[in-house]
Amino acid sequence: MTGAIDFTLNGKAASVEAVAGTTLLEVLRGDLGLMGARYGCGLGQCGACTVLVEGRPVNACVIEAAALAGKSVTTIEGLGTSERPHPLQTAFLDLQAGQCGYCLSGILVSAKALLDTNPAPSRAEIATALNGCLCRCGVHNRILDAVALAATRMRDGVAA
Amino acid sequence: MIPGSLAANPRLDRWVTFEADGRVAVAFGKMEYGQGIFTSLAQMAADELDVAFERLDVTPAATGEIPDEGLTVGSMTTETSGASLRQACAEVRALFMAAAAAKLGCDPSALDVRDGAVLRDDAPSGETYWTLADAVDLTRPPTGEAVWKSPDRLTQVGQSQPRLDLPPKVFGAAFLHDLLPPGMRHARILRQPNPEARFVGLDEAAVRRAAGEDVDILVDGSFVALICATESAAARALAAAEASARWDGVRDVPPAFGEAVALTDMPQTIHTAGDPAPDHSNRRRLTASFSKPYISHASMGPSVGIARFEDGRLTIWTHNQGVYPMRALAARITGLDAQAIDVIHGQGPGCYGHNGADDPPIDAALIAMRRPGSPVRVQWRREDEFAYAPVGTAMLIELSAELDASGRLVDYTAEIWNTPHTGARGTAVAESALPGYVAPGPQPPRLMPDGSRFSGGLLNAIPSYDIASKRTVEHVIDPSPIRTSSLRGLGGPPNAFAGEGFIDELAEAAGQDPHAYRLAMVSDPRGRAVLERIATMSDWSRRWETGTGRGLGLAYDRHRGAGAFCAVVAEVEVEADVRLVKLWCACDAGLIINPDGAKNQLEGGMIMAASWTLKEQVKLGGPGIASTTWDDYPILRFDEIPPVEIELLNTRDKRPYGIGEISQGPCMAAIANAVAHALGARLRDLPLTREKIAAALLKEG
Ligand code: FES
Ligand code: FES
Repeated sequence: MTGAIDFTLNGKAASVEAVAGTTLLEVLRGDLGLMGARYGCGLGQCGACTVLVEGRPVNACVIEAAALAGKSVTTIEGLGTSERPHPLQTAFLDLQAGQCGYCLSGILVSAKALLDTNPAPSRAEIATALNGCLCRCGVHNRILDAVALAATRMRDGVAA
Repeated sequence: MIPGSLAANPRLDRWVTFEADGRVAVAFGKMEYGQGIFTSLAQMAADELDVAFERLDVTPAATGEIPDEGLTVGSMTTETSGASLRQACAEVRALFMAAAAAKLGCDPSALDVRDGAVLRDDAPSGETYWTLADAVDLTRPPTGEAVWKSPDRLTQVGQSQPRLDLPPKVFGAAFLHDLLPPGMRHARILRQPNPEARFVGLDEAAVRRAAGEDVDILVDGSFVALICATESAAARALAAAEASARWDGVRDVPPAFGEAVALTDMPQTIHTAGDPAPDHSNRRRLTASFSKPYISHASMGPSVGIARFEDGRLTIWTHNQGVYPMRALAARITGLDAQAIDVIHGQGPGCYGHNGADDPPIDAALIAMRRPGSPVRVQWRREDEFAYAPVGTAMLIELSAELDASGRLVDYTAEIWNTPHTGARGTAVAESALPGYVAPGPQPPRLMPDGSRFSGGLLNAIPSYDIASKRTVEHVIDPSPIRTSSLRGLGGPPNAFAGEGFIDELAEAAGQDPHAYRLAMVSDPRGRAVLERIATMSDWSRRWETGTGRGLGLAYDRHRGAGAFCAVVAEVEVEADVRLVKLWCACDAGLIINPDGAKNQLEGGMIMAASWTLKEQVKLGGPGIASTTWDDYPILRFDEIPPVEIELLNTRDKRPYGIGEISQGPCMAAIANAVAHALGARLRDLPLTREKIAAALLKEG
């Protein structure tokens, strides 16, 4: 039932013991106490729990922790800090792209995955990339603008 | 004059204190959940005190620490709490000026303040708020004599100020959901399928097996909690408990009860108000019937609560709409004295009214009282939030109007069926599970300050025009077939959806352009300015013929007939579905504290309203709500979001009006009117889904 899972978390080696069937979100928020990935639905329907596995966005609430062995995981905590923010985080603050902010962890990492593969996305491409993430406060336009702003700054090499 | 909540909390030091190292702490009784009120209230305080915004700290909300201002509701914080805080700051400033004058031996009129430093004849006097703090006793009540700054002297109010609460949220922090007090235990609740159901038993062995670790099964009457060291184990225990639980008295709700029209057949009371009925002799009379279904708050984060009971004291952590109301609720349900309860607020997801936020803290408190010592955390699942949190009531709205010979609207009747909009306030879903529970009777009437009856269902029931004669008939269904409570705007947005749709129909009957028809009935210059501005912004004059598949729709209202003025235009394309092309909004909400924050709120309200209009309906089935996942309850997504353009008018007016609830009604109606323009057929029942569009076209064709 239980076994050790070794993986890379935000650039550092991590290891957890998890009961079979335990999800990555349970491991992150439970065992590892890393609270940035949010619980929104537990069913892969809202995107609040999104993290990057091997650079690609996945819903941490539905992926089994066991499937991560040997893989690299990036959460919102791995994106940047207030001292060293990712350009996306700076752009979100510059454009005040948030209200309650509950959706932002998942949206920010999803946007990072997009910009890592498509440094100049169109508005439609950004919307498509974020479509698995819900935002009830209705901040979508600011979020789309902030991702585009971050992309521009990253292309232009502007420091965050 | 002393504003209401300052009069109720009449010690100045409850509102403002000067801390060491040049900082100022301000406190008020309203909760932040992303509306930006911490920021806008701090801006007001900084302006009245003449200190830099950066010096301000907002005191975290907790009972005993902050003034009691009840609930954070009705988007009234800027108006009500703002007035009290400004008055308190003006009083404090005046006291310090008097103290400085005494110390400096001059007249207070020679003094001014710049960033907390006292100036005498415009030169530094050496005194500051902080040097004088010991000489000024702020434990006194306000006099009501201090005067606020006039709008032209405000320098911080009116500046777009980045929100204080936002930075932690882009770095993955800030929520109560993340709090882990030492020794905390996790619980899940085995909920009654319906309030009448009684718990009979469950397969304990199966529950323990599933948990895979120690599980404490707490049963008191029909209140059943599964308590574990980890949340995962509690979740597994609950799944096994649900699979094996046996209940008596489970009853099913007919799915048809989910439609607004079903309200007409339920027991109800009728309240009539307004002018006497007309003798419709020879005037032209039109009628139409509109409806909106039950709508979920659908907060992004299911609610959470933590409680600890130790040495006779109960401590509750909550992200609800007010710490003092939570304390009162917990006192009533637990039987503890309110003075033995501490409530601490933490940030939560946007709630948009009375969602599930009040419930898990009460679940946790009930457990904590029965298992003293450790803090207990109850995290609701998505399914719990959709199924057990109160929802916004369905409404059936039948309108009739009479037009004079020129086509002008002269007589208006709104007849409304709804459940109480604030029905579940002051209750928790867990109560019905406790031994000895007696279901509450119908809500007592709520009265306005002038003694008239307040009903959320009547807000904006009469459109905001000069109408000679008007009346309302409200049918209140109480108890409601499902748990309903306040949803952003209460009856205002649905009434505006109906009323403003109907106004379009009247304009058509009168053979007039919808904009011109409205403008001719608005005499208030502020309302006229908003209507004129929206026409320019949206290039209304380009509006084309009806029935082309593309539509341009307009709506306007004055919030609750007495607040902000707001107009929205929507452009849509309709094929099988509605596609939103663009939304415009012109708004006069008076004095604007934080323009960027105000636009964020207005736009968020419009997007939420668009989602209500096009997609949302709570579905009933089984013992209650059947739509318990996002798949069953879709909301608008990123690829469906139109660009939005917003303009604020008259922003330096003396008085601010709340803005959190004003854009939804006009936005719902503007979209519906645009859809009617595109189709050449009107859809009067929300949501405007592909099935309804097809049915309307079939009927028309
Ligand atoms: S919590 Fe994972 S998708 Fe909703
Ligand atoms: S900001 Fe509240 S859900 Fe997106």
